[in-house]
Amino acid sequence: MTVIDPSEQSPGTRAATRKERVAGWRVGVLASPAAPVYGALLGIIIIAWIVVTIDGGEFLTTGNIVNMLQRSVALGIVSLGQTVVILLGSLDLSVAALISLSSLVTAQQMDGQSGNVIPAIVIVLLLGAGVGLANGLIITKLRVNAFIATLGMALILGGIIENGWSGPQGGVTDGFSQDLGYTRFGVIPMSFILFAVVAAIVWFVLRSTRFGYRVYAVGGSEDVSKLSGLRTHRTIIGAHILCSLTAVITGIFLASRLKAGTPTVGADGGYDLESIAAVVLGGTALTGGRGGVIGTIGGVFILAVLDNVFNQLEFNSFVRDVVRGIVIIAAVAIYARRQEKKA
Amino acid sequence: MSTENVSASGFGADAGDRGKRILSALLSTGTIFILLLILWVWITILNPTFAEPGPFLAYLKRSAPLVILAAGAYFVLVSGNFDLSVGSLVTVMVVVAARLIEGEPSRTWPVILLLLVIGAVVGFANGFISTILRVPSFITTLGMLLILNGAVFWWTGGAPRGALSENFRSIGRQGIEGIPWIEQLPWSVILMFVIGAASVLLMRADFGRQLIATGDNERAARLSGVRVDRVRILAFVLSGVLAAVAGILLGGFGGVSAQVGKGLEFDAITACVLGGVVLGGGRGSVVAAMAGALTLEALFTWLNLQGISGALEDTVQGVIIIGAVGFAAYRLRGAR
Repeated sequence: MTVIDPSEQSPGTRAATRKERVAGWRVGVLASPAAPVYGALLGIIIIAWIVVTIDGGEFLTTGNIVNMLQRSVALGIVSLGQTVVILLGSLDLSVAALISLSSLVTAQQMDGQSGNVIPAIVIVLLLGAGVGLANGLIITKLRVNAFIATLGMALILGGIIENGWSGPQGGVTDGFSQDLGYTRFGVIPMSFILFAVVAAIVWFVLRSTRFGYRVYAVGGSEDVSKLSGLRTHRTIIGAHILCSLTAVITGIFLASRLKAGTPTVGADGGYDLESIAAVVLGGTALTGGRGGVIGTIGGVFILAVLDNVFNQLEFNSFVRDVVRGIVIIAAVAIYARRQEKKA
Repeated sequence: MSTENVSASGFGADAGDRGKRILSALLSTGTIFILLLILWVWITILNPTFAEPGPFLAYLKRSAPLVILAAGAYFVLVSGNFDLSVGSLVTVMVVVAARLIEGEPSRTWPVILLLLVIGAVVGFANGFISTILRVPSFITTLGMLLILNGAVFWWTGGAPRGALSENFRSIGRQGIEGIPWIEQLPWSVILMFVIGAASVLLMRADFGRQLIATGDNERAARLSGVRVDRVRILAFVLSGVLAAVAGILLGGFGGVSAQVGKGLEFDAITACVLGGVVLGGGRGSVVAAMAGALTLEALFTWLNLQGISGALEDTVQGVIIIGAVGFAAYRLRGAR
């Protein structure tokens, strides 16, 4: 086959359009709301690198990078779902409880038999869809504020966990635990690929599907969307189902990592508030309508790098909380200033 | 004057007008009072002693910290913000008090003063960051929660140390003795009513109107001359100080522990929402918010009496909260 040059332009104009395209790309990247997030991430990595090196440690080693990627997976996956509901102008405080419950159910259903792995995952995903559906219905049909609805759901799930389990639940099969929790290809852990796949799906859904556009529209203004003929209730319910699904995937991952389900794994990780913090660190507005997955991933990495540095410096866990609180507030304050200048 | 007379000036409202206004206010936020009454009656049926002055006062005494926190949460919520730091602030109060007092009665009052100052400073920081620095209050107070939790345990080295003095504890535990019929009027109940009355007066003063206007429509409020930032910061300061008061009471109730304040921020917000306060600001009354806290506490009592304590308690609580708020939302829609 011969390659036919489709453009009949002279080389000069072609170069010009190319230059324009590159310039446009540059402007597009820098103007995207995710740009300051990655700026902040880069800054934090550089500071972390310097601090750790001065302390006598090594920051950019294979082990350390693997560690950081691993750490970002659990928070990362659930934050992706949280991004969708926050974009919508809602939020989900029930994810931590759902993560614990799904880790327990995963372990229980697998029951140590490798034949049970797939059915267990299906059951847990159905559980997630059910919880998300319930959240969505409570918010739309009962008109309960999302904050209270999902807080109530967290209480409900917490009670179910306490009623059913008093301690860790064994039964995660060795093979599954090994595959998902510990396999890695070079520097990339298997679990990180799972994170990347979920991220790609959520990104695609938000960027290129009707549902994604609707999420942004409803987040921008629910009333306007409704008046323009959108079925806002369906969008809200769908987003909550998506969010709960990411929570149960996180639960499955944590079960594989710990080789057991634990009643407190979600609460200990603080995944409810921490995922919201990651989303906001990623530049998504809490009021909805602005932001996206790319920013959230940056936010998750920021938290993972911080965690890693604290570990390397052997910080007291309480100091960790203090510094983390300060970083979250400071970063969001900086974004807010930027936004103000632009406006 | 006749009740039909709607005074045109609006300011010189006559008695009939006021009566009408109170009635309409009661109807719009009345759900919570009906719910509270139903719960009280139900509890009395299950356990007749509940209606006797002693046990009822004990219930009020138990509820006082949450009611006070709900009042604080109300100010912040109605101005359109969140305060998620009050739970950890309560913990800070108890832990700091124990560490500084170390059982020494003479240190009680200076420490109480210090606690109130800490509450005000934390509230001011929350308000300043949320308004002047434009960080969403959800994030500000979430960060503050992390900072306070971390700081207090860092300082105490992981486990709370020290002890509270007897007279510090007496604020939460004791009361005015020797009153006929009710025997003892707990300090915490008196404090609850004083704070309740003060909150009502505050909401009726200029500050309250400006606060509601700010929460309802920030732009409109700003254009009509409300110093929006100042009002909001003040709301956070009130929330911080009231959290300090609640912490002092809770320190008297139970022992010194790191779990005292856990989840209280959510309880306080839930109480407000039960009382019809709209998240996002601009709607709701402080009395209804405080009634919401009493309802929540009555709910806990009811759950205990039903024997649903322990494992499934949380589940039932969650279902009831969702149901009650859904019911309130339904009523509100019907009224419109």
